[in-house]
Amino acid sequence: MTTTSDTRNDLRTPPRTQQRGVVGAVSNYVDERTSISGFIKLMARKVFPDHWSFMLGEVALWCFVIILLSGTFLTFFFQASMAEVEYDGSYVPLKGLEMSAAMASTLDISFDVRGGLLMRQIHHWAALLFIATIMLHMARVFFTGAFRKPRELNWVIGFLLWILAMGEGFTGYSLPDDLLSGNGLRIIDGLIKGIPVVGTWTSYLLFGGEFPGTQIIGRLYTLHILLLPAVIVALIGLHMVFLIVHKHTQFAGPGKTNDNVVGYPILPVYGAKMAGTFFLVFGVIVAIAGLFTINPIWNYGPYDPSPVSAGTQPDWYIGFADGALRLVPPGWEFVLFDTYTVSMNILAPIIAITLWIVAVMFYPFIEGWITGDKREHHLADRPRNVPTRTALGAAGIVYYGAMFVAASSDLIATHFQMSMENVIWALQFVFIVGPFIAYFITKRICIALQKKDREMALHGYESGRIVRLPGGEFVEVHQPLDEYERWRLVSFNDYKPLMIRPNARGQISPFERVRAVLSRWFFEDRIAPVTRGELEASHGAHGHREGANEPDLHQSELATAGQGVGAPPHTKP
Amino acid sequence: MANDGSGSDIVRADSSHGADASPGTAVIAADAFENPGLPPHRERVTDLDPKADRRHERVVSLLFYLSIVFSVAAIAAYFAIPIVENDPWSVRLNTLFLGLSIAGALLSIGVGTVHWGKALMDNAERVEMRHQTRGTEETRARSVEIFQEADKESGFSRRSLLRNSLIGALVAAPLPAIFLFRDLAPRDNDPAAMLAHTAWKEGVRLARDPSGTPIRAADVTLGSVFHVIPEGLEESEHYLEEKAKAAVLLMRLKPEDLNVSPGRETWNYDGIVAYSKICTHVGCPVALYEQQTHHLLCPCHQSQFDIKQEAAVIFGPAKRPLPQLPISVDSEGYLVAQSDFHEPVGPSYWERRGDYDV
Ligand code: HEM
Ligand code: FES
Repeated sequence: MTTTSDTRNDLRTPPRTQQRGVVGAVSNYVDERTSISGFIKLMARKVFPDHWSFMLGEVALWCFVIILLSGTFLTFFFQASMAEVEYDGSYVPLKGLEMSAAMASTLDISFDVRGGLLMRQIHHWAALLFIATIMLHMARVFFTGAFRKPRELNWVIGFLLWILAMGEGFTGYSLPDDLLSGNGLRIIDGLIKGIPVVGTWTSYLLFGGEFPGTQIIGRLYTLHILLLPAVIVALIGLHMVFLIVHKHTQFAGPGKTNDNVVGYPILPVYGAKMAGTFFLVFGVIVAIAGLFTINPIWNYGPYDPSPVSAGTQPDWYIGFADGALRLVPPGWEFVLFDTYTVSMNILAPIIAITLWIVAVMFYPFIEGWITGDKREHHLADRPRNVPTRTALGAAGIVYYGAMFVAASSDLIATHFQMSMENVIWALQFVFIVGPFIAYFITKRICIALQKKDREMALHGYESGRIVRLPGGEFVEVHQPLDEYERWRLVSFNDYKPLMIRPNARGQISPFERVRAVLSRWFFEDRIAPVTRGELEASHGAHGHREGANEPDLHQSELATAGQGVGAPPHTKP
Repeated sequence: MANDGSGSDIVRADSSHGADASPGTAVIAADAFENPGLPPHRERVTDLDPKADRRHERVVSLLFYLSIVFSVAAIAAYFAIPIVENDPWSVRLNTLFLGLSIAGALLSIGVGTVHWGKALMDNAERVEMRHQTRGTEETRARSVEIFQEADKESGFSRRSLLRNSLIGALVAAPLPAIFLFRDLAPRDNDPAAMLAHTAWKEGVRLARDPSGTPIRAADVTLGSVFHVIPEGLEESEHYLEEKAKAAVLLMRLKPEDLNVSPGRETWNYDGIVAYSKICTHVGCPVALYEQQTHHLLCPCHQSQFDIKQEAAVIFGPAKRPLPQLPISVDSEGYLVAQSDFHEPVGPSYWERRGDYDV
């Protein structure tokens, strides 16, 4: 970089930094018209922390880019029309059959456009992977508490992206107008009709007449390639803006604090890895699409309301909704005033799913209210260190999982040679009781892991080396931890349950009472991080045989919530 | 939250962020460990050994060249493996070779780039400080001030008449858009009324689906099952819509196996019964018939209907029995409908009455 002063300008212009050559000229041209140097100075050296689980959201982003690219290719050939045509393409078994132009053009993409089938399969596999990685990403954020202040709104945005992605998936799946997708639409039509008061008209307007009508594919197409992608792109953009404003969370570790970010700059290392990840994801999806058939619509044939085969299933991400419908016991429908039909067999699953969605979407606000913690949190939690949240997450997964598995109830029944009834009853049990069991087991596991961490922080690793003491007893030598290793085990937030105190007028509001109960539930079983004093005490107790294990567990006491208001909240060993 | 009087020594949790924000019930013991700081940086082989560095560089550049080879191979595959009519194998091969070469090209770039980043680029971890998300006090004060100035300059608070009428106008403006959606579906129709009727009428013959050939009572042997549509449905203007309501299953049982309820004695013909094929749950075709038990199974959510009990639900989420189509035979021995169904078929809907005489 050299400094030259431009002689043509008068002396008031300060000397300018300029780079010679084509690169210099081009950058100069662009910067003088866009101020881009300021943006580069701001962004390009931003530091990102590294952890494998931080890659999930990135993979989801790349999947979306791949979907955009492959989908755009498909739009050049696909015809979103339900006009009846006679199929006259290369796939002989369907030749001469009446079908919609949508189905015929999808067959043409598959059999008469070179690479067309590959593109369809890239698009479909990328969609499946997209939603899978969104959900894994969401789980990562949940279990590490990365949704806490200041990131609550970004959690909500991400969650909406998941819903929209499912919407994209469903609308896309319906476009080819084949037997399976038509059947999916039939189910949607039935669901909508089951909504009280407005259902019949909603379905009528949506389908442009009676089901299936001749409108729905065109309408879904507008949603699929225009409206939903636009909203998704906007929300992804917002998601990224917030990511930059907040900076990424990082796991606690030596040198990492709530006030810094430790990692690699975007240019070059992080950027190289991100770009590389894009090509890797793209490559893997293309390889899968080249090798494995997905959605062979030519086997299903065009939509017809009459035939259907057993064992057909929606794309996996819709499974939970389909499963929820199957879990309803017989007879949940009644007639109001002899006139209005109330389909609880449709409403109950919708309510069950809505509850789950609302609970997950607003979880950050709920937890924030219970803990009362208004600080910013940039250090990701290890899941074990927040047992109640982790256990709640496990319960939520089982709740979702029971619905998801129920979508395959018929396959389970045939595969394990059980009766349909027994499978459904078992899944109903898992759906209702399973979350509680998952909650308790997960919480116990977390606390056990925390105890183990505590042991390790106090006494070190089990080295596997057994020595015989002068007294004749055998002990396993414990390798003490260095300060870096220990820091990983002791650096976490500790909370005590909320104690309610009367306000200035000597009253306790019911609001505060509820909060105290929730806080007690949230924090009652907890393990406090080891302190220096405890480490010294544990060394002092058996300092002369440094490293040897004393099988006393008194340090890992379970600090239990005070028995009622005012009791000491935190029992110190 | 300093000392809460419980005797334990609790100090403020350490965060410079929103130092004045409430930490809630967080506690930090006074003698908590302190952050030991970043561990010393470790050099990689490529940092220490120039030969290793050269080797890794060669590997990466090789990968990039390999990618070019794959891209060329993909183009070659495009031409070399054409799609041949009536040869699904050619489609498979085209997809396979095109897919694998493109994947090879992309993966080579991906692996090469990531490896470059990991093994060869400077890997010193950097530390950047965070800033509180909320604006500084001055910024916040200034933005409040800006709003106040704007309010004063515009008179937004002061001129309440202006403001309120504007709000009213803005609320009213989008309303027409809602009405514009009315014509998503044809006018002058009542969907609830349309749902209550199908293409079946008195005297319409029962025909095979999809061939459309009518069915004689004599064709329906014991234990057989026919997928049925009204004769002449192909000519219908709304074929799929009509079929989605009129599809019927026809079965023959021993007359003594049928439990016929009062009023329906004449609806079957010598043990031949016709039931709507459209599930009363959410409308899938109830296509699976178990001949031994005379149960119909809906493949969508496994509702089961017992034909011996007039298609009553015996398991699954559906509530109502499948509606029965009253049938008889015409003078030529063909099965015909006596009338339309006596109640709407298919999924429930709000306006569906509870008093159908079934
Ligand atoms: C999150 C975003 C998206 C998801 C999850 C998604 C998913 C799907 C799925 C599952 C199909 C059915 C493919 C098949 O097996 O035939 C499909 C079809 C289609 N998609 Fe998308 N899609 C998305 C975005 C897009 C975008 C942005 C475009 C256009 C720019 C697009 C264009 C198409 C077209 C034209 C079809 C019909 C062609 C066919 O079925 O072969 N998609 N989509
Ligand atoms: S549609 Fe038949 S059981 Fe759901």
